[in-house]
Amino acid sequence: MKDFTYAAPATLQEATRLLTAANGSARILAGGTDIIVQLREGLRDAGQVIDVKKIPELMELSFSPQHGLRLGAAVPCYCIYENAEIAKAYPALVDSARIIGGWQIQSRASIGGNLCNSSPAADSIPSLIAHHAFAEVVGPAGKRKVAVESFCTAPGRNVLQQGELLVALVFPPTMPHSGSAYERFIPRNEMDIAVVGVGTRVQLNQACDKIEFARIGLAAVAPTPKFAQEASEWLAGKPLAEETYAQAGELAKKVATPISDMRGPAEYRTHLVGVLVKRTLEKAVERAKGK
Amino acid sequence: MSTEDLYLGKKSYSVLGQRPVRHDGADKVTGKAVYTSDLQLPNMAQGRIIRSPHAHAKIKSIYTAAALKLPGVLAVVTGEDWPNLEEKFAIMGEAGAVNLHHLANNCLAKGKVVYKGHAVAAVAATTLAIAEEAARLIKVEYEILPSVTWVLDAMKPDAPILLPSLRTDSMGKKGTEPTNIATHIQFEQGNIAEGFKQADVIVEREFRTASVHQGYIEPHVSVALWNEDNRLKIWTSTQGSFNCRQQVSELLQVPVSQVVVVPCEIGGGFGGKITVYLEPVAALLSRRCGRPVKLSMQRNEVFEGTGPTPGSYAKVKIGVKKDGTITAGEAWLAYDCGAFPGGVIGPGAMCVFSCYEFPNAKVDGYDVLDNKPHTQAYRAPGATQAAFACEQVIDELAAKLKMDPIEFRLKNAAKEGTRRVDGPVYPRVGFIETLKAAQNSDHWKSKLTGKNRGRGIASGFWFNIGGASSCSASVNDDGSVTLVEGSTDIGGTRTSVAMQLAETLGITAQDVRPQVGDTDSVGYTFLTGGSRVTFATGLAAYKLGLDLQEQMKQRAAALWDVESAAVKVENGKYSSNGKSLTFKELAGKIPGAKLDPVVGRASVSPEGSTNGFGTHICDVEVDPETGKVTILRYTAIQDAGKAVHPSYVEGQMQGGSVQGIGWALNEEYFFDDQSRMKNASFLDYRMPTSLDVPMIETIIVEVPNPSHPFGVRGVGETPIVPPPATVANAIHAATGLRFTELPMSPPKVWKALSTK
Repeated sequence: MKDFTYAAPATLQEATRLLTAANGSARILAGGTDIIVQLREGLRDAGQVIDVKKIPELMELSFSPQHGLRLGAAVPCYCIYENAEIAKAYPALVDSARIIGGWQIQSRASIGGNLCNSSPAADSIPSLIAHHAFAEVVGPAGKRKVAVESFCTAPGRNVLQQGELLVALVFPPTMPHSGSAYERFIPRNEMDIAVVGVGTRVQLNQACDKIEFARIGLAAVAPTPKFAQEASEWLAGKPLAEETYAQAGELAKKVATPISDMRGPAEYRTHLVGVLVKRTLEKAVERAKGK
Repeated sequence: MSTEDLYLGKKSYSVLGQRPVRHDGADKVTGKAVYTSDLQLPNMAQGRIIRSPHAHAKIKSIYTAAALKLPGVLAVVTGEDWPNLEEKFAIMGEAGAVNLHHLANNCLAKGKVVYKGHAVAAVAATTLAIAEEAARLIKVEYEILPSVTWVLDAMKPDAPILLPSLRTDSMGKKGTEPTNIATHIQFEQGNIAEGFKQADVIVEREFRTASVHQGYIEPHVSVALWNEDNRLKIWTSTQGSFNCRQQVSELLQVPVSQVVVVPCEIGGGFGGKITVYLEPVAALLSRRCGRPVKLSMQRNEVFEGTGPTPGSYAKVKIGVKKDGTITAGEAWLAYDCGAFPGGVIGPGAMCVFSCYEFPNAKVDGYDVLDNKPHTQAYRAPGATQAAFACEQVIDELAAKLKMDPIEFRLKNAAKEGTRRVDGPVYPRVGFIETLKAAQNSDHWKSKLTGKNRGRGIASGFWFNIGGASSCSASVNDDGSVTLVEGSTDIGGTRTSVAMQLAETLGITAQDVRPQVGDTDSVGYTFLTGGSRVTFATGLAAYKLGLDLQEQMKQRAAALWDVESAAVKVENGKYSSNGKSLTFKELAGKIPGAKLDPVVGRASVSPEGSTNGFGTHICDVEVDPETGKVTILRYTAIQDAGKAVHPSYVEGQMQGGSVQGIGWALNEEYFFDDQSRMKNASFLDYRMPTSLDVPMIETIIVEVPNPSHPFGVRGVGETPIVPPPATVANAIHAATGLRFTELPMSPPKVWKALSTK
């Protein structure tokens, strides 16, 4: 690991100034569960490490049923699942937060960091896509909003420009009869990286016998996490049946362009998209029905 | 094979079979135990190894000038710094004759790299950060050569050749052509053509296994101090301090008397910490810079530069009569040995048919080089791959004959008098007893219901060796005994050895304070491996106990002014003419009476093997949609001879089972098309976690070993032999499909199920 300087700005303004001045050599430290390992292993370099945990906006966690959830970019995972109201409103997000590392990692790692690390296999991004969250970004030119499905641009890369940082993730309010779920396939039962990850959210009709609206996010099947738009839109108006979920899985496979590597062959990963879309839809529907 | 019957036939024990708190327990659970990595010496330099990014390449040049100019850099060494070792061989215990040129080359390459991660240079600096920076400044120019990682590909006539001078040694005859086949061995008994003619049913199948790593938690780490008086002191994580001393002395061409090895606490070895990697390199750096030098590996270096156990191919054919009697067996085994000759094909070939009576059998074994790290022992080295093959063929034969798999095994089980295909005849062994215990187990008798579920059973054998062991002890005033032994402790052996001394003396385990000595403070002791320590060093402790007891008798005799022969000893009580003293009381009287202190010693070198058999049962559930296999229930049954400390025996059975389950389901070296390992981390090299296995149930069977006074057999290795075959047989029961390739990972299982 090479020497670097460290700064812990207390305001967004100061952070933006430091990031701009660093001219691309600064790396942001939130929980540090990715960046510290990457610096140690020489996977990323840093001239300066900027700790953002002292910036109030990045540590904000606020929720109301009317306004939805505002999740500061550096808020650690455990804060999400330890808050009963949030946990109830955003179950897919909670599914993700609970399986990112063990609880020591979850005490440090943030969802914002998981998004900014921009791994194709990130466990939280399919859930962010399913929950229809957007990313609030601040930079020298001011504030902008980015849909989470457009945030990552390549493995380890994203839309953040020089001087910009992720401030918060903003989630819309939840609706009645809605439910969500995230599942990943791993060969073991813990401490593993997704071979495929799928997050789905469904909104049912009043009678709870049809899907009104759905969103499906996929991970580890393309260079970036994907929004399975066709499958999501197709689900609108469909009955709650195994064939519905299986058909959605088939449609979701269309956006999967996986590689073959030590985590699984491409053919297998594509197959798993179908399995996990079906399984998460079943779970999301059960949750929507209040089960 | 030792024919001497040493078994005392004691009906009851006061210490053996108890479960005392381990002597090293408090230090370990409170984080106070000293591992090599904890060592800080005055002026200690930190080193880094520079490793090859290519699997096979000529080293054209190594540019070190820039690194040496960096402030804080103290020394750089390369393969050119070895003494001239061409054509030198050293006899090293069970490894046989070791080509020192190969051993040196594995520690620091000379001329050519033969696997990715092969060490090419090392640097020492005042800090680790400077050493890492210097490592980046060392530029190596390579000429890349074609490479090969699959054993059968490496055997082809047009395969890339790793060692141009290598010629196949086939049963003592040298070949004439360049090759990657280092050795061809053959065992034969009876006449297999006749045997197969007598058979009513014959099953023949092919099997493949991937390279897997021992996966010890503590990475390799060593500190070396080459002093101005030419004495070399090494602190290291090793399974054999004397074997380490010998390797270092041979590699550096210095006498053993100049080298002392201090074994620190060890965080797992499983066979992978017998050969040296860092020790001689740290010594070279220390000699160059005049300071102690610490070298430690990162996890990726452990995967890419050490271990693993062979990837293998096996073809096994077995014939049986309608009544279930085996008539003949034939096996053709090819194990890779990585980049240097000398793998574990020998034990693999000896073990493949070792569980059963084979009147006619033939085994061919091949030791084959390919571009992987040089293979090392891994818990019953070679036997797991062989059992994966043989035990599945056995399972299939039982099914074809419509016989219960345990009954089929019982009918053919090896017993006293059975001759193994490689020659030795078994003395009393406990295989039949493990099968009967399996039959009577709650697990086997329980019903397994539910979809996609199946139950499998398989057995396994491992030799469990003897070898030289020494220990010494002194009796303290308070009646305690300080024990110094030479076996590095990787599995709780300080306590299992101390318990045997305590049993002999009639004192408690807590009365003995065991410690592992360095090579200057205890007699020669062969490495910790081959499941030998509790057996062989335990035998030394028993003899040491007799020595101490004899001396204590003499002291009692002097105290009471009688002949030594007039003193009787029973259960630690010394008596004569109505007077009696316990061991403790007698010890307390020695200083006051101005009697000679009691200091004892013993050394042993038993030959042959103690023959450990195990039988495992496993229930699985297979997810047909994902191919994922869940282990629902697992029971390991083993003959321990006499379980000295049952908790440790159970721990060995559980640990071996879990490692075997990992090998069965997910562990593998994954190579890209350039023969580079792609998964050199615990994230992507998937060993099971506690959430991936159920509590492993254990049943200890005790059939005394005739070559030990308490009947002790080695227990550490046998438990890893049956698991992959057991799991495969269970998956077969669940799916109707036979999986002949390891690992049986989800993509492979799914693929097979979806094309069923």
